[in-house]
Amino acid sequence: MPRLSAAHRHRVGFTLNGKPVAVEAEPRLLATDALRHGLGATGTHVGCEHGVCGACTVLIDGAPARACLTLAVQLEGREVTTVEGLAPAQDRLSVLQAAFRRHHALQCGFCTAGILISLEAFLREQPEPSEQALREVVGGHLCRCTGYTPIIAAAREAAALLRQASQSTAAEPLDV
Amino acid sequence: MKAETISWTGQSVERVEDAALLTGRGRFIDDLGTRPGTLHAAILRSPHAHADILSIGTGAAAALPGVVAIVTGRDLARLTTPMVAGLKIAAENWPMAVERVRYVGEPVAIAVAENRYLAEDALDAIEIAYKPLPAIVDPVASMAEEAPVLHEKAGANLVSDRRFRYGEPEPAFAAAAHTISVSIAYPRNTGAPMETFGVVAEYDPHEGVYDILANFQGPFSIHTVLARALKVPGNRLRLRMPPDSGGSFGVKQGVAPYAVLIGVAARIAGRPVKWIEDRLEHLGAAVAATNRVTTLKAAVSAQGRISALDWDQIEDCGAYPRAPEPATLYRMHGNMTGAYDIRHVAMRNRVVLTNKAPTGLVRGFGGPQVYFALERLMQRIAVELRLDPLDVIRRNLIPAGAFPYRTATGALYDSGDYQTAVEQAVAGRLAELEQRRNAARAAGRHYGIGFAAAVEPSVSNMGYITTVLTAEERRKAGPKNGAQATATVSIDPVGSVSVHVASTPQGQGHRTVLAQVVADIFGLPHRDIRVVADLDTGKDAWSIASGNYSSRFAAAVAGAAHLAATRLRDKLALIAADQLEAEPGQIGFAGGAVFAKGNPDKTIPFGRIAALCHWSPALLPDGVDQTIRETAFWTPPQLTAPSEGDEINSSLCHGFIFDMASVEVDPSSGKVRIDRYVTMHDCGRVLHPGMVEGQIRGGFAQALGATFYEELAYAEDGAFLTGTFADYLLPTATETPDIEILHIETPSPFTPLGTKGVGEGNCMSTPVCLANAVADALGASEISLPLTPARLAALAAGPEQARPAASRAAAPAARQGDRSLRGEGEARVGAAPEAIWAMLLDVDTLASIIPGCHGVQKLSETHFKADVTLGVGPVKGRYKAEIRLEDLDEPQAATLTGSLSGALGTGGGSGRVTLTPDGAGGTMIGYAYEAAVGGKVAAIGGRLLDGAAKAIIGQFFAALARKASPGKPGLLARLFGRRA
Repeated sequence: MPRLSAAHRHRVGFTLNGKPVAVEAEPRLLATDALRHGLGATGTHVGCEHGVCGACTVLIDGAPARACLTLAVQLEGREVTTVEGLAPAQDRLSVLQAAFRRHHALQCGFCTAGILISLEAFLREQPEPSEQALREVVGGHLCRCTGYTPIIAAAREAAALLRQASQSTAAEPLDV
Repeated sequence: MKAETISWTGQSVERVEDAALLTGRGRFIDDLGTRPGTLHAAILRSPHAHADILSIGTGAAAALPGVVAIVTGRDLARLTTPMVAGLKIAAENWPMAVERVRYVGEPVAIAVAENRYLAEDALDAIEIAYKPLPAIVDPVASMAEEAPVLHEKAGANLVSDRRFRYGEPEPAFAAAAHTISVSIAYPRNTGAPMETFGVVAEYDPHEGVYDILANFQGPFSIHTVLARALKVPGNRLRLRMPPDSGGSFGVKQGVAPYAVLIGVAARIAGRPVKWIEDRLEHLGAAVAATNRVTTLKAAVSAQGRISALDWDQIEDCGAYPRAPEPATLYRMHGNMTGAYDIRHVAMRNRVVLTNKAPTGLVRGFGGPQVYFALERLMQRIAVELRLDPLDVIRRNLIPAGAFPYRTATGALYDSGDYQTAVEQAVAGRLAELEQRRNAARAAGRHYGIGFAAAVEPSVSNMGYITTVLTAEERRKAGPKNGAQATATVSIDPVGSVSVHVASTPQGQGHRTVLAQVVADIFGLPHRDIRVVADLDTGKDAWSIASGNYSSRFAAAVAGAAHLAATRLRDKLALIAADQLEAEPGQIGFAGGAVFAKGNPDKTIPFGRIAALCHWSPALLPDGVDQTIRETAFWTPPQLTAPSEGDEINSSLCHGFIFDMASVEVDPSSGKVRIDRYVTMHDCGRVLHPGMVEGQIRGGFAQALGATFYEELAYAEDGAFLTGTFADYLLPTATETPDIEILHIETPSPFTPLGTKGVGEGNCMSTPVCLANAVADALGASEISLPLTPARLAALAAGPEQARPAASRAAAPAARQGDRSLRGEGEARVGAAPEAIWAMLLDVDTLASIIPGCHGVQKLSETHFKADVTLGVGPVKGRYKAEIRLEDLDEPQAATLTGSLSGALGTGGGSGRVTLTPDGAGGTMIGYAYEAAVGGKVAAIGGRLLDGAAKAIIGQFFAALARKASPGKPGLLARLFGRRA
C-alpha cells in the first residue's frame, strides 16, 4: 500500500461517469469535496458528514458508498458514478428519474441524488423488489420533505417499467 | 381559433423544478462556486452551557499557514450592535459571545482561512479560558429565586409575563359542573432540513455595502434586523438567495445571525468569505422549536360542552430572545380555542430564558405546543366524564353556518364546515377501527383510537407579535399589522411572459404553481410561463412581510401573482380591443391567442398584442400606460393591529384538519404500530393536488418524528446530547406509514384565489392525534413526547410508573439526560505497592503511561498538568488535563481528581485508587470513578463515552503494568470494567 504524505497533494485519477478524471488531493480531502469542489460534480450533496443521511451516496465500482466517509485518495483507479451519470443524455431523464418526477417523489431535491443512486444499484440487483425491500433501501436515506411514500411509489413503477423494457426484444435502453 | 379556457390550476402537472434536481443540476448555495480569492470560515463554539470568557488567545491560530483572520466577539462588538429582539429587555442579543457564553454551541470565534480544512485546523489552536457558571435548563426552575440568571442586566430569566382575559372566564368556571385540566411539557425539536445553513459575504469598504448570499427561508422581516446590527442603512445591505434551497421548514430563518458573523468576517479579512454549517452545528445551535410547559383547564358541562378555557403557558426561548421570538407563543393567539365555539378565555403567557440554544421558526410554529394541550384536554374530558371522545369534539365544534366566525381572542375564521369534514372522515372508517379495537382488546392486546381537530392558521398578521406588548407599549411603538405579498409579471419584446416573486421557495414547487396561475390568466400553456424565484433585495420587489412562512404561498403569493397578471391582461385587452376594433369586454384570451368573443375572424396571436408596448408604444390606446411589467402588492384588510383589549386576528386564513389514528402498542418493547391514519383537510381551493398531498405527507412525517423519535436533548448541566443523526433520530421510510388523505373545500372569501395554507397542519394535529391513540390503547392519562420505546413500555407497565414528571429536569435519569460515567474495576500489576506508588507520583512515568500524553508538568508534589490527545468514537482531540492527588494514604490509597478541557469539550471527575499487595509480590490496583463530560464529545459521542472511558483507563493500567514489570509479559494487567 502506498504511503502518502499528509503535507502534500497527490494526483488521484479515476473514472467519473465513464470519463477519466484527475484531482489533486491532500490525503485528508473527502471524496465529497473532491467531487463537488474539485471536479464540479455538485449533484452529490452533503447532509451530515457522518454517514447517516445518505445524501452523498455514490457508486464506487458499482456499489453504493457514502462519499462523505470516503477519502478522495481512495477513489484512485475506481469507477465512480454520481447522479450526473444516471440520465441517458443531457436533456433526458432515466426511467427512475422520470418516475420520481411523475410521482412528486422529491420536493427540495437535496437528498434525491443519494436515493436515486441507491435505488439504481438495488434495482439492477433486484428487478422485482417488494415494497418492504424498497422501504429498507430508501430507509438508508433521510428525506425531510416527502414522507417517503411517493418515493416508494416511483421506485415500484420504475422497477415495473425496467422489467418491461428488459423483456421486450428491443435492446435499446428505455428512457423518457 | 378555439376559444376554450384550460384551467391549469387544480391540475397536478409535473413540476418544472424537477428535471434539474433529478440530474444533479440543482443550484443550492454550496453548488454555486465563489469569486476567486474567496476565503472559508469555520466557527469555534462554546463547550459550556454557561461560562464567563476570561481570555481568548488567537496568536497561535493566526500564525498558522493559510489563516487570514481570527474574529472574536470583541471584533464583532466593535463593528456591529446587538440584534434587536421582539421583547424590549436589557439582554444583549449578540450573534457571537462577547464576554459570556450562554449555551453549548454558541459561537465564540471565527477562523478565516484559504480553505475550510485550514480554517478548522485553526480552531484547534485558539486558546480560550472559561470560568464555568451554574447553568439552568428547565423553564420552570429558571424562574426560581435561586436560579442562575443568564442576562444580569435583564434582572431575571422571566422576561415577559402577560395575562389576558376574554369574555367572563371566572364566572364560567364558577358555574361549570366540572373543571378538567391537563399539564404538558412539550419537548424541543426542529425541522432539520437536509441542507444546512450557508453564507457567502462580501464587504465593499468604499461604498460601505454588505453583499450577502445566504439560503434564508426569507430575508424580508430579518433585513431590518440585520441592517441595524451591521450598522448600515437598508440600501447598503444586499441580501441574495440562491435559486434552490434544500428545505427550510421555518428553520432557515435562523441563518440571520450568521449573515452578521460572516459579513463581519469578510469585512475584517478584506475578502469574500464563505461558510457552510455542518450538521453538529445545525442540530446544536441553528434553530429549535420552543419547549413549553402548559397547564390548560376547561370549564365543562356534564355533557362535555366547554364554556371557558384557562391557559397557563411558560415558553422557553433558550439563551437569547432572538427575533421574531417570542412569536412562537403568540402566533396562535387568535385561535387558542381551536375548532371550538368557546367564548370565555383566561390566559397567562410567560417567556423565560434558559441555557439552551435560541429558538425560532419551525414548521407548525406554536401550533404543535397549543394543539397538544388542547386536544389532549378534549380526550381527557371524554375519559373523565365517560363520554365518547368524538362526541365531545362534535358538541363543541363551531357551527357550520357561523363563518366568518370571530373567536373570543380575536381571530376571524374565514370559512369552514367542520361538521361535514368530521363526518366524512369517520364515515365507513371509524366503525371498522372500533371493531379492530374490540377484537384486539378481547385478545389482550393494546389497541387504541385517537382523534384531533385543529384549525390551521396561515398568512400571519405582522401585528400578532405585538400582542406580547401591553396596549400602552403598543401605542408607543406604533401599530403593526398586515401581510404584504408581492409578485411581478413582465412581458419581453417577443411577447413571452415571466414571473418573479418574493417567496423564496425551499422545494415546495412555487415556480410550477405560479406558471399555472399566470397561464390561466393569459390563456397560455403553463410551460410557456417562465418563473424566477431566486431573490435579490437590492433590486427585486419585496416588503417586510414577504416570504412563504406561515404557509402563505398559495393564499398570499400566488394571489399576488394572479392580481399582477390580471392587471396586465386587462390592459392587453384594451390594446386588443383597439387593434381588433372590438369592445374591451368582448376580448378573450385562450390557446395562445387574443380574440373577440363570437367573432372568429377577429383573432390575433398573444405575442403580437403582448409585445406591442415594446415595439410601437405610440399605438397604446388611451388609459394604457405600459404592458411591460406589473408589480402587485397585496395585503388583506382583515389583518388589523391588536385591539385595546388584546384581541388579535393573528392570521388571515384558517384551514381545518381532522385526524383519526389507530395504533397498537406492544407493552414489552414499547413499539407502536400505526394501523391506520386518516387526515381530513380543508385548505380552501386546491391549486395543485400533488403538491398539497406532498405538504401533508411531509408534515405528517415530521410530526411522526416529533411524536416518537425527535428531541433536542440537554443534560441538567446544559450539555447538548443530540448532535448527530444517530442521536437526533428522524423517521425513515421503514418507520413512515402510508396515510389516507381526504379533502373538502370551503374557499376562503378573503384571498384572491380562495386558497388557504396547508403546509403546517399535520405538524399541529398529528402528534396529539397519535398521543390520544396511545393514551386510549394504554389507558394512560399523562403522555409526554417523544413517545420513545422506554417511555411507552413504562406507561404500559402500570400507572405507578406511568407518570413522567412535568419537566425534564425532574426526571433526568429516565433518559439519556444523565451522562455521569461511573465505573469500577481492578488490575493486577507485577510490582509491589510501594513501587507503584512511586510511579504514580513521577512525572516521567506518568507521561509515558497516560494514553495519548504529550507531556506532564508537575506543579506541586500532588498537582500535575498534562497535554493529552484522546479519541471518543469519531471525535479525536487535544485536551489540557489537570490532576490532583488527595486523601493520600501512602502506599495504599489516593483520590485522583481531574479536569479536562479542549476544543472538543470538557470533562471532570474523581476516582479512588487502592493498592493492595496480592501476596505474590505484585499489587492489585482497585479503582472506582465518577465523571461527567460536556461539549462536542457529549453531543456526538454520548453513547460511546462509557466504552471510551473504560478503554482509556484500561490503556492506562496496561501501560502501568508494562512499565512496572517489563520483563513479565505474562503478568499483563487483566481489566474488568463493569457499569455501576
